Amino acid sequence: MSEVAQQLTAKDFQTDQEVRWCPGCGDYSILKQVHTVLPQLGIAREDIVVVSGIGCSSRFPYYTNTFGMHSIHGRATAIASGLKAARPDLSVWIVTGDGDGLSIGGNHMIHLLRRNFNVNVLLFNNEIYGLTKGQYSPTSQLGKVTKSTPMGSVDHPFNPAALALGADATFVARSMDRDPAHLQEVLIRANQHKGTSFTEIYQNCNIFNDGAFEVFTEKASKKENDLFVKNGQPLVFGESDNKGIKLDGFTPIVVDLNDGHSKDDLWIHNENDIYKAQILVRIFDDPTVEGHMPRPFGVFYENPNRATYEDLMTAQLDAAKAKGEGNLDKLLRGNETWEIK
Amino acid sequence: MNIQTIEDVVIKFAGDSGDGMQLTGGQFTNNTALMGADLATFPDFPAEIRAPIGTLPGVSGFQLHFGSRKIFTPGDHCDVLVAMNVAALKVNLGNLRKGAIVIVNTDGFDQKNMRLANAETNPLEDGTLDGYVVIKIDVTKLTREALSEIQMGVKEKDRCKNMFVLGFLYYMYSRTLDSTERFLNSKFSKKPDVLEANLRALRAGYNYADTTEVFASRYKVEAAKLEPGTYRSIMGNEAAAMGFVAASQKCGLPLFLGSYPITPASDILHYLSYNKNFGVRTFQAEDEIAAICSSIGASFGGHLAITTTSGPGVALKGEAMGLAVMLEIPLVVVNIQRAGPSTGMPTKTEQADLLQALYGRNGESPMVVISAARPSDAFDVAFESCRIALNHMTPVMMLSDGYIANGAEPWKFPQSKDLPEIPVKFAEPITDGSVYKPYDRDEKLSRPWAIPGTKGLEHRIGGLEKANITGNISYDAENHEFMVKLRDEKVERIADYIPLQKIESGPEKGKVLVLGWGSTYGAIQSAVNQLLADGYSVAHAHVRYLKPFPKNLGEILFNYDKVIVPEINNGQLVKVIRDKYMIPAIPFNKIKGTPITSAELIDVIMKNY
Ligand SMILES: Cc1ncc(C[n+]2csc(CCOP(=O)(O)OP(=O)(O)O)c2C)c(N)n1
Ligand code: SF4
Ligand SMILES: [Mg+2]
Repeated sequence: MSEVAQQLTAKDFQTDQEVRWCPGCGDYSILKQVHTVLPQLGIAREDIVVVSGIGCSSRFPYYTNTFGMHSIHGRATAIASGLKAARPDLSVWIVTGDGDGLSIGGNHMIHLLRRNFNVNVLLFNNEIYGLTKGQYSPTSQLGKVTKSTPMGSVDHPFNPAALALGADATFVARSMDRDPAHLQEVLIRANQHKGTSFTEIYQNCNIFNDGAFEVFTEKASKKENDLFVKNGQPLVFGESDNKGIKLDGFTPIVVDLNDGHSKDDLWIHNENDIYKAQILVRIFDDPTVEGHMPRPFGVFYENPNRATYEDLMTAQLDAAKAKGEGNLDKLLRGNETWEIK
Repeated sequence: MNIQTIEDVVIKFAGDSGDGMQLTGGQFTNNTALMGADLATFPDFPAEIRAPIGTLPGVSGFQLHFGSRKIFTPGDHCDVLVAMNVAALKVNLGNLRKGAIVIVNTDGFDQKNMRLANAETNPLEDGTLDGYVVIKIDVTKLTREALSEIQMGVKEKDRCKNMFVLGFLYYMYSRTLDSTERFLNSKFSKKPDVLEANLRALRAGYNYADTTEVFASRYKVEAAKLEPGTYRSIMGNEAAAMGFVAASQKCGLPLFLGSYPITPASDILHYLSYNKNFGVRTFQAEDEIAAICSSIGASFGGHLAITTTSGPGVALKGEAMGLAVMLEIPLVVVNIQRAGPSTGMPTKTEQADLLQALYGRNGESPMVVISAARPSDAFDVAFESCRIALNHMTPVMMLSDGYIANGAEPWKFPQSKDLPEIPVKFAEPITDGSVYKPYDRDEKLSRPWAIPGTKGLEHRIGGLEKANITGNISYDAENHEFMVKLRDEKVERIADYIPLQKIESGPEKGKVLVLGWGSTYGAIQSAVNQLLADGYSVAHAHVRYLKPFPKNLGEILFNYDKVIVPEINNGQLVKVIRDKYMIPAIPFNKIKGTPITSAELIDVIMKNY
């Protein structure tokens, strides 16, 4: 940790630009948690780059005093890939929205994940296009009435965590704007991961999609509807931690811990188990439906072993150079030449 | 047998795409270059990789023009045609000079091949070839016989047919087999059987020509009187790739290429991916948008970044090029043009993306555009693109086309020490706590390049309109107009840092100026030089810098009564010239997926003379 990095505080990461999100927008909280976490990472400010696309969420770089690029819609992932390939020494953060990262930029997202650049993706999911004033997005619920779906959306929504895992992401997590402690914890974990970290953050757009995640974020309903997973711990939730999840074959079922079931029967979360992670991210029930499963939050999966793209690329460059550094004159001459006198 | 010395000759190798004609042509070209002749080539690929065998669309051709004089083009008409089957003959018949030599593989003229090529009668027997010198050889049979002692399948033996033909031509043109023997030895060093078969077929073809006396005389083309020096053979895409590596060495920054495969640009990606020992990073992205965006990221990080593609890919890169214009970062976008629109004719050549290069982005989005004129020129233009991008902090579009990309010519290659340095200075760290101004400018109007990792330079840039100097977002009306004009002026000012337009040949004032750009160079040179020799007042100027134009271009145009602009498109440079200089420039357009010939040019010049 450099001396300067040690002394940094959240304030050092604020910029002189006026923050222009709507009052009450969930983006404020996410910005605050990121500013709280960044000084704890021991990375000098000049070594951090935040790259974003276009959307309300993508205004993020302007408010963060590091290097930053507010690029074009959907392409932050592609720009960050080139940056990281060129400069493996930098700490690269991608800020994107559900439209930016999963609709127009969906293709780049899956390729970023499979390549496993050591970068951090923060996907602000508000289940709506905020910046363009309220059209449905690829994560909007079926039947969602928006400006462009007066009769309700007929698009089946993405489950971003499952999508990321399907693209062979090596780190998949979910958190929310309204739980600062949890979000900070997940952000720190995301940064620690070597490889692409994919963190979906539920974010309230109080103007165009207010309350989309209310059941998950509000005190009154949170305990019953959220499942906070912790590595090595049984999957427990409920008002008084009175319920658990158990695997019945490959099917997760809810059991009542006051009704003859003990914690020993429960599914113990193992972040490194890809098979179980596949099931975990698939727990994605509609919370309005009677008897639904709780929505999982936390780090679902981490594979610490897969090599990053930039490491593999660097190894090839080194191997090629080891056989002899490039010589321009040799290159220009080629294999066969002749003299004209 | 006597040997007749000739000044120049055009040979076309044509056969089924599986017949190995590209390799045969390439080998003959290499051999020709090594004996010192000047040359130009034109490979003519079928559109499909595996078009049905024996059909007209399946014909693959390789045209080579070489001589002891300066050679400008692959030649309008062929003096010699090698036709491996009926289809190959049919496709090329229209391009034969009267009295040309036609060497045919009789095995490719059976009933089956006639049917596949939609020929009702056999062209070897129906008088089609009256007036030509026809040499009939059963290449298939002779090759199999030559390989009778080698243990391998008939199919594999038949793959050596092209070597038989090559050996035959080597004899005909009084060559030695050395260069191809060397090539085969290295190519098949791990497959002794295949090596032996190819060598035997090559020698069999040579000996067959020697013993059968199927032609009256052998031919010889002397070495050309080229400028003294050391030469190699070069193709356009290879030259471009080397130009980028050279620029990377001369500016001291690693080269980054983000690319997505597309004909006829892919070879640059292939070539550069073999140059990792120069620290070259190649990134094959998921599409052209990701390709250019990755390059933008690498450029932001302080690398020399380029992206290579063809027209459809440029269309996809449009928005990101606009971002590069706004970010004012160095970036080279390479368009190896092909016939459009849409997928068009991927393997055919065209110059129809000039207006796309100049104007094909949303908003006022000026970008430098420069163009290669011939294969070796692609080296200089690639190098120059990087120089301009780096010195002026701007995206640059480099144009080439399929004809340049796949054409070959002798190249008096430069020495590394003769190439200019490209000095690059990143912005210095700030330690006194003052605020960094990312859009501050120097006399060229270019802004500093402040790369991540530099203390005190933390700043945010993006595609939103910004205030000059500070780079802060600005929607101010006056500021927007100011910035639009400033970005335009920045590109126009580059005219102060590029060479003046020169006249390639002809008088400085006169009756007709032929104004070309890109791959029409050779055809125009050859037409204009011929007319000059006949005493006409004709000149040739070839524009490399298309945006901005050289400062004296307007002046030059007014020195001639007429300006003719030949292009392989529907009239693009001519529009820009008329718009900018308001002269009645005369278009000459050919849009057939093939190069303009010098004969066509002489025709149009004379009509307007
Ligand atoms: C090429 C292009 N297409 C469309 C737009 C318009 N646009 C800007 S942001 C956006 C959607 C943003 O949604 P999301 O990514 O969810 O971000 P949010 O505003 O919700 O944070 C759209 C469609 C654009 N800027 N560029
Ligand atoms: S529109 Fe929604 S997402 Fe955008 S700033 Fe306002 S509240 Fe936030
Ligand atoms: Mg959104």
